[in-house]
Parts: sequence; C-alpha cells; structure tokens
Amino acid sequence: MRPAYTRSVPAPAVEVIDLVKRYGDLVAVDGLSFEVPAATVTAVLGPNGAGKTSTVECCEGYRRPDRGSVRVLGLDPRRDGHRLRPRVGVMLQQGGIYPTVRAVEMLRHVAGLHAHPLDVDMLVERLGLGATGRTPFRRLSGGQQQRLSLALAVVGRPELVFLDEPTAGLDPQARRATWDLIAQLRTDGVTVVLTTHYLEEAERLADRVLVVDHGRVIAAGSPAELTHREGQGALRFRAPAGLDLASLRAALPDAVTVAESSSGGYEVRGALDPHLVAAVTTWCATHGVMPEGLTLARRSLEDVFLELTGRELR
Amino acid sequence: MSRTDPVPDHPFAPRPGAAGVPQMLARQTSLELRLLLRNGEQLLITLVIPILVLVGVSLVHAVDVGSGRRIDVVTPGVFSLAVLSTAFTSLAIATGFERRYGVLKRLGATPLPRWGLIAAKSATVLVVELGQLLVLAGVASSLGWSPRGSWLELVPLLLVGTAAFSGLGLLMAGTLRAEATLAAANLVWLLLLAGGGIIVPLSRLPAGVAAGLSVLPSAALTEGMRAVLQHGSGLPAGPLVVLAVWALLGVGTASVAFRWE
Repeated sequence: MRPAYTRSVPAPAVEVIDLVKRYGDLVAVDGLSFEVPAATVTAVLGPNGAGKTSTVECCEGYRRPDRGSVRVLGLDPRRDGHRLRPRVGVMLQQGGIYPTVRAVEMLRHVAGLHAHPLDVDMLVERLGLGATGRTPFRRLSGGQQQRLSLALAVVGRPELVFLDEPTAGLDPQARRATWDLIAQLRTDGVTVVLTTHYLEEAERLADRVLVVDHGRVIAAGSPAELTHREGQGALRFRAPAGLDLASLRAALPDAVTVAESSSGGYEVRGALDPHLVAAVTTWCATHGVMPEGLTLARRSLEDVFLELTGRELR
Repeated sequence: MSRTDPVPDHPFAPRPGAAGVPQMLARQTSLELRLLLRNGEQLLITLVIPILVLVGVSLVHAVDVGSGRRIDVVTPGVFSLAVLSTAFTSLAIATGFERRYGVLKRLGATPLPRWGLIAAKSATVLVVELGQLLVLAGVASSLGWSPRGSWLELVPLLLVGTAAFSGLGLLMAGTLRAEATLAAANLVWLLLLAGGGIIVPLSRLPAGVAAGLSVLPSAALTEGMRAVLQHGSGLPAGPLVVLAVWALLGVGTASVAFRWE
C-alpha cells in the first residue's frame, strides 16, 4: 500500500512545553508538556475540570497561554492562525452551529470554505446524518448534533484534528460509528488529538494516552504501557475449596499474594508474566488440581487512574 | 484519476486548503441570507412592520406629519426605518445569538477570516436593504408616492447610514449577553421609531427638540432621505456628517470591544 499522504511537516504534529493557563485565581493548566507524533491518535484522558479543554483550546489558538509554548504543525496557533486554519479541523465540546441551519446545509457550507473538501454525501452516509433532512440544528438529537460537529471538523481534509469529547452522550451505535471514523482517520494519515473521560475510548482508539489531572500530565504512554507498567494484575481460577495456600504461595515469586477470595475462588495478585502463569499451573498439575475458568486480569486504565489520583475518573 | 479524487481506500487522506476568498465570501453571504429569510421574527421587523407603518401612517391621519402629501413625507421615513431594522436590530440580535451559541467561535476555526465574516454580514445587510427598499417603494407607489430627486444620491446616504447602524449593532452584540442584546436592540428600535425623527419631520417639532434629535442617526438618515426624495434637493451635508461620525464611533468602538466568545 502506498502512503496515503506525503507529509510536508516534520513530526511532531503538536508540541506543548510547560503550558500554564490561568483564569483569575484558577490554574486550569499547570505546567503541562506533551508531544503528538504525526499520524497517531492521542487521547487526553481525565475527569471534568482536569484542564483538557483549556489545553486543546490553547492548541486551537482560542486561548493565549500564560506561560510555556505551543507549536502546532510547527507553527504558533495564535500568531499563525490564518495558516493553520485550513490544515486543522476542530470539534468543539458543544455548540458552534447556527440553531436554524440544517445539518447537510451546514456541512456543505463548511466544505465550501475549503479547496479540496471530502465528498459530503459520503460523510453524511457514514455518520448517519441522512435522515436529518430539513430539521434545524437545535431540534436534532444530541447524538446527531455531535456527529455533525465531528463531520464539520473533518470535511476540509485536515492534517490534524482536535476532537473535544467526541462521543460524550452518544448511544452505543453512534459511538461505534464515531470510533470507526477516528480509526479511519488514523489509517489515512490524519493526526488526531481527542479528549475523553471514557476509558474504553482511550484504550480502544489511542496510540498514546495522556492522563491529566489538576492541569498536569500524571501518566503518559500507550494503553498497554500504562496498564502493564507496574505489571500489576490478577490471575483467577476456581478449584475445590480449601487448597493449601501456603504450599501454592511457596511455589511462586516473592512479590505475589495468594488468596481464596471466595469459597473455591482463588486469586493470585502480582506482576503478571508467563513465568507466574506457568508456576501456578505447574503447582496445580503437581497437586492434581484443575484450575477451572483460569483468567488473567490486567489493570484497566480505570485502575491506573485510581492508583495515580486516589479518585474515580467519573 | 484527477488530483482532486481522494486516494482509494484512504478517503480522509489529508489535502488541506482554503477555498478562494471570493468563494468563501459568496458562500457565507448566501448562508447568512438563507438563515435570515428563514427567521420569521426577523422578517417581521425588517419587512412586515415597515409596510404596516407605511400604509398606516400614510392613510390614517392620526399623526401630524406636516405639510406636503402624507405619502411623500412618510415613505422616506419608512426607508430609514427599514435600514434601522436590518442594519441595527436584526444584525445585532442575529450576531448576539451567534456569539452566544459559539457560532462565531466555531467559524473562527474555519478558513474564513474574521474580516470575511464581517464582509459577508455587511453584504447580507445591503442585499436585504435593497430588497426592502424595492418592496417598500412598490407599496408606496401603489399609494400614490411620487419621489423627486435621484436614487443615486441615496447611495452614499444608505451606505454611511448602514455603516453607522451596523457598527452600533455589532458593538451591542459583541459586548452584551445575547438576551440583553435582544431586549436592547428591540427597545432602541422602538424608541427611535417613536421619537427618533423617523415619522414626524424635525421641522414639525420645537426648535430645541429638533436640534437635539438631529444628532441621532435615525433622524439624520431620515432627514437626508426626505431632502432627496421629498424635496428633490441634492445630498445634504449635515445628515451625512452626523451619520459619518456615528459610523466612525460605532465601527471603531466595535472593532476594539467586540468579544468573539
């Protein structure tokens, strides 16, 4: 397969260094740094009020950083906005569309502001907006409004898109359509930066996740790196009640705990790796125990977030 | 395959670029016009009420409009009302709500530059005014209106008057909350209609009152219109200067104070 697009801009697509954004006494972004490699999906994950939107809006040129530097496609979003606007797609968290405009009318309009827009009909079909007809924007369902907003961000065939909470409030089917589109963007060489507080979204779509809290990046990496970093996990199986836990424990590495969490339900917690699995099953084989329903549970991003902040994400 | 076709299997492959400026302006103007024509309240204030005022005041002798045929006195005033409705009230309300709904913010992320948005809004206002004047002139003619003077002399008056009202309307829309703009724009419209020198000629008022009113943009525009259309005199300098000062003040202040979100 030949490359879909020959990039004229050297990586990274976005470079944020030591960004600070204050609103009066409130410090929304507190010394935040990250890079977004070109043609990847980066998810900025964090609870409401973590500073996600402020960060993205500094990248979009809407907000002036109080400190630090922001480069987007090698340019300054405040100073070089007129050069960036054709190249960058933006999906606001909400609003931004005339209450009385029709969905397809608005999409054709924004397409017409670009030199080589996407095929509007293709986009309408792909995002399931065909049934909106003459309905004014304000009477569309929340999901339809969200999908139109996403379509507006991509219709100009940008190199980079910022999507602020692209699936907030969507039903599962609409969320899937949005995820499919984001995955396609990545395949086609578009750089995507999205904010979300859905862990599943970050785990599923992102090459890289930035976990943000109180305006700082508290962890960064691929979903796999984040969830495996400490190697914490659980191996669970069922077997007859009352196995000799001391014997099992003695057969395993030091940093591992063993418990019969319910009658006949066993849980081995520690750094999950193939050796640990082999050690458990070898012990079972030696003792004639069949480990029924053996499962390995790695940490979820939810666990990571909880460990890092001591709080639930939502 | 032409270069504009997307790469097969990569429909979203980047190919960024802004449309040409004339195309962007034409598109934005066309959209603004369509949305305006779809809005019943805006049509009420820009067309229905001016027609009612035209017909009502010229046929019903309830208001003393002074000497001369009533229709010849009233028509220039209603032209002025039409400009006030479109360039001030309608523009202020629409822009105020666009700001409140984040439309201005969102458009700021498209290739359309801000000056382009202002240009499209100005073009929209001028197109609507042209339509209003044609319709109102038709109604006035059917009521026996016989204008003097040259339509061409109205052009500078209309342009400067529109600039004055638009600047003030945008100043309001860009600084107040949308609801406050809605209320204030309608209130100012009503006050100027009633007492802004639009219906009753300044010559029918006590000298002191007339002098005070003559610095209002509504009175200046109306007096200018009457000078040309009713009396057939050339373009009057006084009203033009008053309107130009308002235009400078309005547009100047709006360009500094306007907040886009």
